[in-house]
Amino acid sequence: MQQRSVVRVGASLIVASLALTACGSRNDDSGDGGSGSTTKTAKIGVIAPLSGDLSALGLGIQHSVELAVKQANDANAIPGWKLEVVPQDDEQKPDVGKNAATTLSSDADVIGVVGTLNTDVSQQVQPILAPKNIVQVSPANTGPGLTMGAKWQTAPQRPYPTYFRTCTTDAVQGPFAARYLFNSGIKKVATIHDKRAYGQGLVGTFTDEFKKLGGTIVAAETINPDDSNYTAVVSAVKPSAPEAVYYGGQYPEAGPLSQQMKAAGLTVPLMGGDGIYDGKYITLAGKNSNNDLATSVGAPVESLPSAKKFVEDYAAAKYPDPFAAYGGYSYDAANAIINALKVSLKDAADVTSARPATVAAMKDVSFDGVTGKVAFDEFGDTTSKVLTTYKVTAGKWVAVKTEDFAAK
Amino acid sequence: MDQFFQQLVNGLTLGSLYALIAVGYTVVYGIVQLINFAHGEVFMIGAFGALTTYLLFFDGQTAVWILPFMIVGAMLASVGTAVLMERVAYRPLRNAPRLAPLITAIGISVFLQEFIRLLYEKVPFVDFPSAKQRIPFPQIDVVTGPAAEIGNVTIQRSAIFTIAALVISAVVLYYFINRTRLGRGMQAVSQDPDTARLMGINVDRIIVVAFALGAVLAAVAGISQGFQNNNIDYKMGFLAGLKAFTAAVLGGIGNIPGAVLGGLVLGVVEAMATQYVPGQFGGGSWKDVWAFIILILVLVFRPQGLLGARVVDRA
Repeated sequence: MQQRSVVRVGASLIVASLALTACGSRNDDSGDGGSGSTTKTAKIGVIAPLSGDLSALGLGIQHSVELAVKQANDANAIPGWKLEVVPQDDEQKPDVGKNAATTLSSDADVIGVVGTLNTDVSQQVQPILAPKNIVQVSPANTGPGLTMGAKWQTAPQRPYPTYFRTCTTDAVQGPFAARYLFNSGIKKVATIHDKRAYGQGLVGTFTDEFKKLGGTIVAAETINPDDSNYTAVVSAVKPSAPEAVYYGGQYPEAGPLSQQMKAAGLTVPLMGGDGIYDGKYITLAGKNSNNDLATSVGAPVESLPSAKKFVEDYAAAKYPDPFAAYGGYSYDAANAIINALKVSLKDAADVTSARPATVAAMKDVSFDGVTGKVAFDEFGDTTSKVLTTYKVTAGKWVAVKTEDFAAK
Repeated sequence: MDQFFQQLVNGLTLGSLYALIAVGYTVVYGIVQLINFAHGEVFMIGAFGALTTYLLFFDGQTAVWILPFMIVGAMLASVGTAVLMERVAYRPLRNAPRLAPLITAIGISVFLQEFIRLLYEKVPFVDFPSAKQRIPFPQIDVVTGPAAEIGNVTIQRSAIFTIAALVISAVVLYYFINRTRLGRGMQAVSQDPDTARLMGINVDRIIVVAFALGAVLAAVAGISQGFQNNNIDYKMGFLAGLKAFTAAVLGGIGNIPGAVLGGLVLGVVEAMATQYVPGQFGGGSWKDVWAFIILILVLVFRPQGLLGARVVDRA
């Protein structure tokens, strides 16, 4: 009996190892084939949460990049080169993102990375990609420190020359929300955040601006993102009678928070940043989420004429998931890299040697993308500072106001 | 003062939830000296059982008569899981060193979480939502809806449901353990399994009953959490299970009234810490820290737990 089970285990191990070696050799074959023929392969990595609570956003990022790359390949945008997308799941965790970045950076064919979604994941990814000169363009990181360093308010200094982003930052988004609330007559606000880099940063910039305008922050609370019951926090906030609650964090927590707020009798709008701007927020928050607010970067993708083609192409490509909140930014991010590659890969012998040239070419990138003009300033931030406020109306996010923040 | 009572209500609600789950840990520990770390997943599967029943037969309706069906569905799912888990994973290890079943329990916990996460949306012939994200839980009339206001204290209907569920379960459980043959058999096995066997008690059967009993209460807790938080997800069992285990230890593991008391104390401490601890170490994200500090203090000064553990030395 004992012996038989040993045999059985041994046999399955052998089968498994055979299967694995088979996979390995097949990979080798394709690698040889690629370098042997005239077209060479460059890979664009994607680091985003492809599973877990935020997968709706992450999968939208992945497919939008795939669309951009597919179109570039079809149009033969870079003669002699084929582009390939390598998606990596970061599970919205910094340590997993770090591993994903290490995997990509050890692949000699990776030229650029689109990602990540979360600011705190990028903080781990940046230092791994930078020494290898792999350009990183994030469609969604809004933490100001990523491009301007820890002292971004007083002495901005760019920490990693390889890092760029197509979305606007919390330095703009928080104050934008503060102005919106103050101008709509709300003078008393309670803030809640999830203690992650994104939420804390957003609430910080919101608070500064709201106080400067003359409003009062009547309560400042925090929640634990692993939790799903926030009644104690809601009860702690309620007696201070806020006219709105500003939440820094993502929709998986914000939805239930809004629902529990209203169930506990705190019937004031909840406002958040782009992290809560997703249809899933309304599903989780339920019927009482009407009048909740969110700001998001850029103008609404559906409303821009430049975006119409993207929306149509995306629908035509029949990806299993919608492009979600960051689809347009991801598409633009991928195209920014592709535009830089047109310059850097033209005469390059291999991917690794073309990496520094790609980073250098990024600052000259300028084109009309899905979300408006795509170009980067000296810190790697997008030059566009357009933001939009959305309101939940009859179970849908409806754009109420689009504004250029810098113009004010 | 209103604020104090408000947080007391919040704490008792949360505590009732912990207590319902904690009983499962304590009953199983009392009988087989096994800390069933997969019990949190039994709770999670209970909630998914209720959701599945709802989606299959009553999708879109909110009438209150659906509730008993959801409870039965939840119980079937969680009792099935618990009994299967006992039969497949723990019974073969009954006489193994104690570390083996413990590690197995952790393995089962991970297995069940991933099982739901990966396969819930792939159930054939029906269109279930993906369990990779939080799923909104159905809102049923009477047990959810506008909250009651007493003075300035808001009492949500789901809170009343949870507390009532704990009271009813506790009374039924007390009756079951002390008045029925099966319950007295459980007491006998927990005191001395070998002698109990000699007295003609079917120990295997008693152990299955212990697992099933814990699962029934966990199922009720799963539904309560669904109503309270308005959503469920595949990893809801991890944190709730950890808290409930803490509650069981706090009250004295193996002691059923202890588990209930421990759950309530833990819930109230969490709510009060959110409200009354000022400054940097206060607020929602520090409440777990205070809850575990209370646990450590209790264990330092009263290692047997609040009501005293049944200490068995079976070397």
